Amino acid sequence: MITVENVDKHYGDFHALKGIDLEIASGSLTALLGPSGSGKSTLLRVIAGLEVPTSGRVVLDGRDVTNLAPQQRGIGFVFQHYAAFKHMTVRDNVAFGLKIRKKPKAEIKEKTDELLRVVGLDGYQQRYPSQLSGGQRQRMALARALAIEPAVLLLDEPFGALDAQVRAELRTWLRRLHDEVHVTTVLVTHDQEEALDVADTIAVMDAGEIAQSGKPRDLYDAPSSDFVMSFLGPVSRLGEGLVRPHDLEVLLEARDGAREAQVVRVVHLGFEVRVELLLADGNGTSADGVGASEPVVAQITRAEAAALELSAGDIVWVREQLGTRGADGPKAAAA
Amino acid sequence: MSPSLATDNGLSEVPPASPAGPPGCSRLRARPHRRARAGGTGPLGTGVVTIWLSLIVLLPLAAVTAKSFDDGAGRFWDVVTQRQAVNALIFTLVVSLLAAAINAVMGTLVAWVLVRDDFRGKSAVNALIDLPFALPTIVAGLTLIALYGKNSPVGIDVTYTRTAVLLALMFVTLPFVVRSVQPVLLELDREMEEASTSLGASPGQTFRRIVLPNLRPAILSGAALSFARAVGEFGSIVLISGNVPFKTEVSAVYIFKLQESSDNPISASAVSVVLLGVSLLVLIGIRVFERRGDQRA
Repeated sequence: MITVENVDKHYGDFHALKGIDLEIASGSLTALLGPSGSGKSTLLRVIAGLEVPTSGRVVLDGRDVTNLAPQQRGIGFVFQHYAAFKHMTVRDNVAFGLKIRKKPKAEIKEKTDELLRVVGLDGYQQRYPSQLSGGQRQRMALARALAIEPAVLLLDEPFGALDAQVRAELRTWLRRLHDEVHVTTVLVTHDQEEALDVADTIAVMDAGEIAQSGKPRDLYDAPSSDFVMSFLGPVSRLGEGLVRPHDLEVLLEARDGAREAQVVRVVHLGFEVRVELLLADGNGTSADGVGASEPVVAQITRAEAAALELSAGDIVWVREQLGTRGADGPKAAAA
Repeated sequence: MSPSLATDNGLSEVPPASPAGPPGCSRLRARPHRRARAGGTGPLGTGVVTIWLSLIVLLPLAAVTAKSFDDGAGRFWDVVTQRQAVNALIFTLVVSLLAAAINAVMGTLVAWVLVRDDFRGKSAVNALIDLPFALPTIVAGLTLIALYGKNSPVGIDVTYTRTAVLLALMFVTLPFVVRSVQPVLLELDREMEEASTSLGASPGQTFRRIVLPNLRPAILSGAALSFARAVGEFGSIVLISGNVPFKTEVSAVYIFKLQESSDNPISASAVSVVLLGVSLLVLIGIRVFERRGDQRA
């Protein structure tokens, strides 16, 4: 159990963390999700003791560790760029924490070999980090952090430096590992897909504050603000409100609440079809784009697209499907 | 040829009074294309470099070696095993080794402070490091005499002592370790240290087990360079040491005496060849060590 109480962090004039309160349940996998500069890494480093908060408390399993050095906290930390000990073999990297703790040689060897088996690096004991791929180095770093049996495992953008395919593989692997090891884990990421994929709980951070925290599904269905909604997946702005692409209905004739739009582009993405639309009243944008002139995006199924026979230049009508939003949409109507 | 065509078009569009005809700048298109491999200079470059190195380095070295054997190998051996020569050589090696060892520690500390600490005047100090290297060594000797000489303003007189030689050597070899450690320290992954800390290592353990092993090649190569430099140092020593035989006389000064005072160029060459051999060994040692370090980095 990690408790962060009213933590503030200033860097000179920059207010990086603003009165953060957060509880992380034992054995959970929590993601701190936010854009860069939102304070998520700073919060993680405060929990680890690598940064000292300006004020506030950090409690690990009932122990106030606010003024404890990182080496006394019993944490495992995994860095984005692996922080591999370049001058040591894989075995020595993983054994490092155990050697510092002066464990008997036989125990160190047994434990190291077992962990390397768990992370799929058995047989790589004598290699140096430079002889491993990025994904392998990160798995080694994970084994190294787990070797000291930490009370909490902290991961700072652990897959950020890897290419997309390895990233997806590793996060599935991390989720499975977590289900086996059950160590309380906090993962910092700016990738909403990664957070939704692996975490039990997500805390969305914005400008040094926690915008919302909860189960991934609750955050997705009932975002507390436009920021949270737009950060957890693509959204388009339709008039006043934000709407997810898959919640947009494309119609061939004017109906209640529908707006006239012209099809700009139809993109076939396998099962789904993305339709980019320019509203006739100009009152619609997609919020993830920087420019205001981004077209509204609707995501429909292949079957729907085939039935509509859409092509660029067509005039259609769009509206939000009723009852799709958990928060302010009329939920009852959906059921 | 399309990139070159595009260039032509671009150029012909720039002048406002450009003729409306086809944009044919034959001037540009006629430029011959070099066939050299990217990054290579071809046989001409290799040849020039070979001749240059021969003229500047190899031939003089060969000449002095040949000269040292002018009176035969037996005479060569006699000259270099003379008590004064051996004494000078041993003193040179010991004092150079000592200077290198002190440099290894202090140079690393200086580099550490320059990289990791922030203080006012840091860039000035940083620039100052190279001064002993840029200074004519005879000037270095004079500055030391001014401070630690006969009329020392601080009351410390080290002239004609071995301490003076060590002092002069430390002065002129200061930059080597600093400048070889500094860039490595700058590049050193701070997260490695944080990882070590999170794994339970104290600051001392982190320094010994993580930082030092990563700096070791740079420290050693810097120390070896300062050793090589110290072995051949002349200018800064010649005034302050008094060149007392069997005491403060270093090989370089001994060679100078043989050549100038005793008018014995063959003996001077012989002792020079021994010094040359020592320097060569040190350089080879550095190379071997660096290669070993490279293999896993």
